[in-house]
Amino acid sequence: MVPQRRRLLAAGIAAAAFGARAFAQERVIRVTARKFEFLPNDIELKKGEPVVLAFTTADVLMGFSLPDFKLRTDIVPGEVARLRFTPDRVGSFEFVCDNFCGEFHEDMSGKIRVTA
Amino acid sequence: MGQAIDRRDFLKLAGLGGAVFVSGLAGCAGMGGTKQEDFYFVQLSDTHWGFKGPALNPDAEGTLQKAVAAVNALPFEPDFIVFTGDLTHTTDDPKERRRRLAEFRAIAGALKNRNVRFMPGEHDASLDNGQAWKEFFGASYYSFDHKGVHFIAIDNVSDASARIGEAQLAWIKEDLAKQDKDARIVVFAHRPLFDLMPQWDWATRDGAQAIELLMPYRNVTVFYGHIHQEHHHMTGHIAHHSAKSLIFPLIAPGSQPKRAPVPWDPAQPYKGLGFRGIETEIQKAQYEITEYPVAKA
Repeated sequence: MVPQRRRLLAAGIAAAAFGARAFAQERVIRVTARKFEFLPNDIELKKGEPVVLAFTTADVLMGFSLPDFKLRTDIVPGEVARLRFTPDRVGSFEFVCDNFCGEFHEDMSGKIRVTA
Repeated sequence: MGQAIDRRDFLKLAGLGGAVFVSGLAGCAGMGGTKQEDFYFVQLSDTHWGFKGPALNPDAEGTLQKAVAAVNALPFEPDFIVFTGDLTHTTDDPKERRRRLAEFRAIAGALKNRNVRFMPGEHDASLDNGQAWKEFFGASYYSFDHKGVHFIAIDNVSDASARIGEAQLAWIKEDLAKQDKDARIVVFAHRPLFDLMPQWDWATRDGAQAIELLMPYRNVTVFYGHIHQEHHHMTGHIAHHSAKSLIFPLIAPGSQPKRAPVPWDPAQPYKGLGFRGIETEIQKAQYEITEYPVAKA
């Protein structure tokens, strides 16, 4: 292995390790989306605390949208959709499913409460 | 023109005179001296045929027919009628979806005026990418010209993610390219093209791109549905007017944390439901909107 390639590989491993470490430090909040609710649908976070929101669904294509923070993702059946998020202000913020998923799609919402 | 004045006078005398809305830059440029004939059209929206929920509308199986009768009884025949989406209430069952679309079409077929334009809403089209809706009503987006006004019907619902999509945006751009910057342009859509209330899913994800395409045109007005109430908003010089529903009203945007329907009031049946007539005064790019109630049973 040429030295340059070795250095790149080492840097890559270090970056991956750093990424894993950084990821591991964040609280992971698992959210299940199903017709027609999010579980949990009332999520409490602390201002400035980085978290990972991890979404899954076994139903149909869903969406998670938190418009106040311009945060959204598709939630594809069989996949985990992850969003890294550090709330920078306190308050109660509504989130919704933004992919039309059926009759009670309009009821599929929740709130994130950010405390100081 | 004479008939248009008669119509306006009649509406005022009958106490039905509507609110007048002018396109933002109207008056900056005329129509090149050409004399245009004013006209009148009717918008109905969000009929949700197939909905069941007595607490919200105990006459869910009769409201649409009453609206059709009320349109037929208007003192002046409109040039055309447009339904801006959610003709039916959604269902996971493709057979039931088609049954509801067929029933809706049969009821709307009782309109005396045969010049009727249809558009899909997310309840009609989002679960099958508009497939069933198109079987009944044809193309989900289109444009047409009527007495000097260019109408564009935008489909922002067949994609379940509330996108217009690149292909349709390209079509809109091409369609608009044929218009003068002073052209009178009216856009029909189901969802709001602007971010009215994304927290309640009252938005179009790529609606800003459509508005950007429309911005160079000086006289643009958008009529839409989806939010089950009258609402008026400006994005720059472009006016956006939402229509009432014909099944149940929804609360005003932002009035509560969560979106909610307004329950049926037995003391005031059909309150908050209705349709509208739009008197179009082309020279001034002026639209006089008259809201009509659903006739009481």
